[in-house]
Amino acid sequence: MDAKMETRQLGFYYGKRQALRNVSLKVPDNQITAFIGPSGCGKSTFLRILNRMNDTIPGVRLEGEVLLDGQNIYGPCVDVVEVRKRVGMVFQQPNPFPKSIFDNVAFGPRVLGMDRNVSLSDVVEKSLRAAALWDEVKDVMGKSGLALSGGQQQRLCIARALATEPEVLLMDEPCSALDPQSTLRIEELMDELKERYTIVIVTHNLQQAGRVSDWTGFLLLGELVEYGKTSELFSRPRDKRTEDYITGRFG
Amino acid sequence: MPMPRESFHRHLTALQNEVLFMGSMVEKAIERSMEALKNRDLELARQVVADDAKINQKRFDIEEKCVELIVTQQPMASDLRVIIAVLNIIIDLERIADHAEGTAKIAIMIGNEPPLKPLIDLPRMAQKTVEMLRRSLDAFVNRDAEACRKICAEDDEIDQLYDQVFRELLTFMAEDSKTITRATRLIWVGHNLERSADRVTNICERVIYVVTGKMEEIGASKY
Repeated sequence: MDAKMETRQLGFYYGKRQALRNVSLKVPDNQITAFIGPSGCGKSTFLRILNRMNDTIPGVRLEGEVLLDGQNIYGPCVDVVEVRKRVGMVFQQPNPFPKSIFDNVAFGPRVLGMDRNVSLSDVVEKSLRAAALWDEVKDVMGKSGLALSGGQQQRLCIARALATEPEVLLMDEPCSALDPQSTLRIEELMDELKERYTIVIVTHNLQQAGRVSDWTGFLLLGELVEYGKTSELFSRPRDKRTEDYITGRFG
Repeated sequence: MPMPRESFHRHLTALQNEVLFMGSMVEKAIERSMEALKNRDLELARQVVADDAKINQKRFDIEEKCVELIVTQQPMASDLRVIIAVLNIIIDLERIADHAEGTAKIAIMIGNEPPLKPLIDLPRMAQKTVEMLRRSLDAFVNRDAEACRKICAEDDEIDQLYDQVFRELLTFMAEDSKTITRATRLIWVGHNLERSADRVTNICERVIYVVTGKMEEIGASKY
């Protein structure tokens, strides 16, 4: 397995409270990796660590290493902006900026700067196409992003994340605020996107993890209880705690 | 902490009980078909044939329940394996019942023809098969893979009895060609029982799958 990202003995603390302990795993390239676990198990914390989103929270402390293509993103001399450019993120609630659809997608490239030889409108179109939203919005690009439906807003956020050409896409419960139709739409999209990106998703929805992911990790009380092929983990988990969680015997 | 899927797990237990109930119907079919053959009880033989329809119906009822649980509950891990196992076990049970029905039909065919010989090994085969079947379903309920491996090993006893039956009936036929029809029919009965015991080993394999998550073929039968 080619690891796009890897954590080594990762520990994480909010003040004195330890949120993750000794998590070592590899996130394979061009695959979808899902993390499941009950509320408070550390799965969102884990996801946010992968692009240093927790940096600004006061009192946090990190142990171990987080590698992106073999390089520790928490090492000295690392440019955080560069890390976040390479590792994009989509959140639970669709959160378009109160700007036009075009400006939403163009935001990242404008802020981060872009190749002179590429036109901004090309980047926007390419990103919207990749997010399977282009056909629905191409004639209303000046309309506010907030005027779109929930499912469209989430795809707009995905397009916005793709516009900076990340290598990894982190998704924190990307469908929990969406109706079943939009959810399936996003899941289909993830399947297409994994050809070009490495995707890590956190989800409360076990069926969704089963449907979309190639690999699944089960976190419990900050510990990685089990990590393996999704088909294996859901049909014959090795750990009793995984079994109990996914069969609904606790949680 | 309360179990959030208590009602689903109650349904699963109920499903298992249905399988046990179907199992007891099948045990009864094997026992009665042998009794009918031994005692030339045509009435009882016809009853076994008639009851087979009920067993077939039971199988479909259980299958429906499995589909319903899969659709409505999206079972995972061992819960899923139990349902998949049930779907397979009921096929084996239904086939065993068909073999018993076959024996009952042979009893009807033989009717009141004079007996070739007192039946000893065939009833023994039937008794052993019923015992293996009962224990395999107990092992299912108790999630006992070890018991299943043991039951599978005992299939050899059935094969030996069948060998014995076969050789003995062959001798009859060799000595007196007038016995060929009756002897052949009894060989069919032996064959039915041998197949039934083999199906019991399939059930055991499914139970092992429920317990370990692994699908394995255990010691192929001689037949």
